[in-house]
Amino acid sequence: MKPEEPLWEIFIRSRQGLDHKHVGSLHAADAKTAIENARDVYTRRMEGVSIWAVESKYIHASNPDEAASLYDPANDKIYRHPTFYHLPDEVKHM
Amino acid sequence: MHTTDPQKIFDDKMVNEMRIEPKDWMPEEYRKTLIRQISQHAHSEIVGMLPEANWITRAPSLRRKVTLLAKVQDEAGHGLYLYAAAETLGISRDEMIQQLLTGKAKYSSIFNYPTLTWADMGAIGWLVDGAAIMNQVPLCRTSYGPYSRAMIRICREESFHQRQGYEILLTLCRGSREQKEMAQDALNRWWWPSLMMFGPPDEASPHTAQSMQWKIKRFSNDELRQKFVDVCAEQAGVLGLKIPDEKLKWNEERKHYDFGEINWDEFRNVVKGNGPCNKQRLADRVSAHENGEWVREAVLAHAEKKKQRSAT
Repeated sequence: MKPEEPLWEIFIRSRQGLDHKHVGSLHAADAKTAIENARDVYTRRMEGVSIWAVESKYIHASNPDEAASLYDPANDKIYRHPTFYHLPDEVKHM
Repeated sequence: MHTTDPQKIFDDKMVNEMRIEPKDWMPEEYRKTLIRQISQHAHSEIVGMLPEANWITRAPSLRRKVTLLAKVQDEAGHGLYLYAAAETLGISRDEMIQQLLTGKAKYSSIFNYPTLTWADMGAIGWLVDGAAIMNQVPLCRTSYGPYSRAMIRICREESFHQRQGYEILLTLCRGSREQKEMAQDALNRWWWPSLMMFGPPDEASPHTAQSMQWKIKRFSNDELRQKFVDVCAEQAGVLGLKIPDEKLKWNEERKHYDFGEINWDEFRNVVKGNGPCNKQRLADRVSAHENGEWVREAVLAHAEKKKQRSAT
């Protein structure tokens, strides 16, 4: 079997000041080519001002099957939200 | 005309309200200023857990206890966001921690005051977090990208911190005479140190002018302090508490509250290390760090062992 070009995950910063966001993936022989390809594939309409390429094998993901136990503990912690606390209407700027 | 002069490119970004990102060229002094400010901010979040942790086991109800736990947990998280933002400037986590533990780096002086009663949890939420929010909201627009994004996240999460503190005080103020006195006593002790959180007056603040030019800071210390006094004066009224300042008075001409002289000798003294709790706070951090050493070693040893097993 022929060796395949590795897969890269592409992250684009859409506007200066914002986070890089995952937009998709592509194949490329090395990092430089991955960024060049990402420019052509994902930023043809000025979608970005900066590109990150990370080889997919370096992405470690949580297991979706474990989502229930992973996120459930936060579900009933409504006291982490400001609306949990009762203040009279005349209190301003808070 | 297109320029390749890095200083000019940097200056243009400042003028055009563009964010500076880790890989961009930046003046060495800009980098140093940010490392100092962001790491101090991170240290403040971490040391700031201590005065409140003091009351977790003695919170008066389960509701207050889960709230206090969630708040202290947030502060740990906020310290981590900020350390990570500072690391993008080329300083290591270890180096920052060492600077804190050896006393080389500062943290907010407010945390060198003791938390004597339950009402202090209310006063800290209302005043200390209130002052922090006043400082942090403009930092969401600070010129360094990773810092500004960390601040956006922090401000969003902290929105409950001030409210829970105010709610504690409100409950005490509507309670027995003793409870209301406890609230007043907490306000008396925390008011002036909270005003000091904004830093020295503008004419004595060595970094302000440069930081404003670099758009790291958006408002001067005195501007933010005035804003804070104006807001608190009204909020104290709703509680029925008296701010401990005989000179506090609405000035119709200025459309602001006038207020009394801050004791800057006390401020300088606490910064120098002579506040009521400086030694205890630092000793607690050093001991937490040293007692955690074996855990950090074990974690790395375990990861190494797993790596070797999967290799064979």
